[in-house]
Amino acid sequence: MVASTSKYKYIVCDPELCIGCQLCEYICSYTKTGEFNSYRSRIRTVRVDEVLITAIACRTCENAPCVIACTRDALSQDPESGIIRIDPKKCDGCAWCIEACDFGAISINHETKLAEFCNQCEDVEEGPQCVKICPKDALEYTTPDQRSQRTRHKLVKDSLEFPQKAKEPR
Amino acid sequence: MYGYSGKILHIDLNDRKHWVEEKPEEWYKLYIGGVCMATRLCWENIEVGCDPYDPGNPVCFANGIFSGTPVPVGGKYGLASKSPLTGFIGDSLSGSWFSIAMKRAQWDGVVIHGSSEKWVQVFIDDDRVEFLPADKLLGLGTYETEEAIREHLGDDQIRSATIGPAGENMVRFANVTNDGRQAGRTGHGAVWGSKKLKAVSVRGTYGINVADPETLLTMSFDITETSQGPYTEKYRVYGTSTNMLNMNKHGLLPTRNYQEGVFEFTELVSGEYLDEHHKVKVIACAQCPIACEQMSLVKKGPFAGAMTGIEYECLQAVSSNCGINDMTAAIRLIDLADRCGMDAMSMGVTISFAMECYERGVLKKEDFKCKQAPEGIELNFGNGPGAVILGAMIRDKEGIGKILSEGTKRASQAIDEERGSETYKWAMNIKGLETPGYDARALKTFAVGLAVGTRGGCHNRSAAYDPDIQGETNRFTIDETRGEVAARAEEYAAVYDTLPLCKFIRRCFTGKADRAGAWPAISKLINATTGWNFGYDDVDSIGVRAHTMKKAFNIREGWTQADDDLPYRWKHDPMTKGPSAGHVVTDEELEYLKKIYYEYKGWTEDGLIPKKVLIDLGMDDVAEEIGV
Repeated sequence: MVASTSKYKYIVCDPELCIGCQLCEYICSYTKTGEFNSYRSRIRTVRVDEVLITAIACRTCENAPCVIACTRDALSQDPESGIIRIDPKKCDGCAWCIEACDFGAISINHETKLAEFCNQCEDVEEGPQCVKICPKDALEYTTPDQRSQRTRHKLVKDSLEFPQKAKEPR
Repeated sequence: MYGYSGKILHIDLNDRKHWVEEKPEEWYKLYIGGVCMATRLCWENIEVGCDPYDPGNPVCFANGIFSGTPVPVGGKYGLASKSPLTGFIGDSLSGSWFSIAMKRAQWDGVVIHGSSEKWVQVFIDDDRVEFLPADKLLGLGTYETEEAIREHLGDDQIRSATIGPAGENMVRFANVTNDGRQAGRTGHGAVWGSKKLKAVSVRGTYGINVADPETLLTMSFDITETSQGPYTEKYRVYGTSTNMLNMNKHGLLPTRNYQEGVFEFTELVSGEYLDEHHKVKVIACAQCPIACEQMSLVKKGPFAGAMTGIEYECLQAVSSNCGINDMTAAIRLIDLADRCGMDAMSMGVTISFAMECYERGVLKKEDFKCKQAPEGIELNFGNGPGAVILGAMIRDKEGIGKILSEGTKRASQAIDEERGSETYKWAMNIKGLETPGYDARALKTFAVGLAVGTRGGCHNRSAAYDPDIQGETNRFTIDETRGEVAARAEEYAAVYDTLPLCKFIRRCFTGKADRAGAWPAISKLINATTGWNFGYDDVDSIGVRAHTMKKAFNIREGWTQADDDLPYRWKHDPMTKGPSAGHVVTDEELEYLKKIYYEYKGWTEDGLIPKKVLIDLGMDDVAEEIGV
C-alpha cells in the first residue's frame, strides 16, 4: 500500500486482536448520527475470510490525497491534528476523494450526498469512542512513530533470544 | 415503536410475490423475538399437519430485540419450521451479521412460503424483494456461497443465510448457515432444500433507533467491560471445548456411541490440546465482545488445511463419541459438516451409530462401499479417516449414506426392517433429534428436561444439566423437586433464546446468573430499547410463554405424552466405567418425572395445556385451538 501516512494521530486496528464484533461501527454511527447503522460508521470492519479480520478508519495522511483530489475544494486538513474537514456547502458527493483514498476510509452518505470521514471524535471529551468500546483493545489511537516503536519492541522481544538469557547455564 | 419496525415480510416462492404484514405492539410484547416469535410465525403460517417437506411448511425468521444495537451478544435471530427430524417445532438460533442486516432492512420477521420449481436465491434489498436464479451457486459450500453472492451483488455488507450441498441433497439434519454460524440441529437446511431455496440475502441500510440510547449505551459499556473478566474466561480462553476434560471427569462424556462416559484419550481431544496445537485465532459473532469461536487449523497430515471453529458439542460428537483420538480427524469432520452445511452433532452421533452397527456385525465392511473406498470401510470405533469418508457419503447420500442421512431414528428403523436387527437399542435420539454431549443416565434432572423437550435431544433448550452438575440436585437419584427444577431451567433458557441473548453473557450483569441476578438488568435493557415498562415478572414470563408456545405448536401437530421419551440405551444399559457407572433412568422413574413435570407446569396428566394457562399468558387464540 502506498500512501503518505504521517506524523498525525489516527485510529489503527491490530488484526491479531480484532474479533470482528463490529461494536466500533455501532458506537461510531451512534456518536455521529444518533442511530446505530454500520453504513454510517466512519470506521469499518473488514472480514476477508474466517480469521483475517480488521477495522479501518481515516489514516490522516500528510498532504492527504483526498484533499488534493477534491475538485470543489470542499476538503481541508487541520494542520494541527491532520483531521480532514468537509465544507458541506461545497461537497456534492462526487466521490473523487474515495478514488484518491488508498485505505477505503471514506464513504458517501446517500441521503446528504456528503463525504464522511473519521474525525477522531474531536468533539467528544473522552476521545475516540470506538477505541473506548473495543473489548479486545484491538483499536489504538496512535501515531505512525508510536506504532513503529512498538513493532520494533515486539519484534525484538518475540524473535530474538540471546544465549546469555537462556535459563540453562551454558 | 422503538426496537421494532412493526412489519413482517412474507415471501411466496410459488408465484414469486411478497407482501407486508403489520403487527401491533401488543403482539411484540407477547412474542418478543427469537425462537418465540419464530415459533409463533410458524404457528400462524403453517398448514397444520403437513409433512415438513411440503410447501405448506414455512421458513420463519424472527429477529432479536437487541439486534443492531451495541447490547453485547444481542445480534441473533430465531429460525423456525416444522422439523424434518422430529415432526415437531424446529426452532434454531444463529448469530451475527445476517440478523443485523435484517434489522437494518427494517424487518422484524420474514416468512417464506411455498416452494420453488427452480433453485432460487431470495435477495431482500431493504424494502425490495428479488428472486434470483441460484443455479450457479449449486454445489457450493456455505462459506463459498456467501462469498459468491457478495461478489455477484457487489456489496460487502450483504449478508446471506445459505444451505450447502447437504441441504441441497436434503440430508435430514442439514443446517442453515450465515456468517460462519449455524441455525443448527433441527434440519432447516433440508426444509430449504425441499423448497429449492439456496440462499436468503439481505442488505439493510436504515439506521436503528432505540428509546433511550444513553441508558442503553451506558449499560452496554458496563456489560462489555465485565464480559472481559472472569465470568466469561472459560469461553474466551479455551472455548467450550474445555468441557471435554470436565465431562470426562464426571463420567458424562459420550464415548463410543454413549456406551461409556469416560474416554481414555480425552486429553488428545481436549480444548487444552486444541489450544496448544491447532488454534489460529479466536473470533466473535457480530456484536459480541466475548469471542468464543476457537478457529482451529489442521497444519499437516491427510487432513491438512481443514479449518473451522471448534465447540464442545460438535467436538465430543465426532471425537470421544466416535472413539476417535485424532484431533486432526475431529477438526476435519467438523470442517466437513460446517462447509457442506450439516449439523456436526447429529452427524457425529449418526456416524457413531453406524460404527456400533459395524462392531456388532449389523453393517458389514462392504456396506460402506463408495467412490472413495471401493472396497468398503472397516468402520470400527476410532477410525477417523473412515468417519471422514462416511461424513462425505452422508452429505452426498452415497451408498449407505442415503439411509444414514435420514438421522439415527429413521436409519435404525430402515436397517432393522431390512435386516431384522435391533439397532434401535443404540440409536441415540429423542423425538428423532440426536442427543447432546451430556450423558443423561447420571443426570436425572436433565433426563426429564430432555425427555419433555419440545425440540428433542437438545442441551440448549433444557439447561437442567446445570443444577445436576453443580450439585444443586443429586444427579443420581430422583425426588419430587425435579419437575420444577427441569421446568424452571427450561423457562430460564427460553428467555435468552427469545430475546435472544447468547447465554454466555448470563453472569456478566451482576456476577450471578440466576433470575435475581439477570432479570433486572435484562428488563432495563428491554425498556431502554423499546420504551416499554417491563419488570422482573414480565421478563420471567417471556420464558414461560416461549416454551408454552412451542409446546402448543407440537400439540397441534399431534404430540402425545408417549413422545416424551428417552433413548433405549439410557433406560436399559448402565455404563460400566467411571464415576457415573451403574445408572439408568428406568421407565418408572421417567414416568414419575414426567408426571411431576406436567404437574408443575399446570398441565393435564397427559401433558396437554388447560385453556386457563394459555389465557393467563395472553395467548387466547392458542387456547381456542388446543387448550383443554
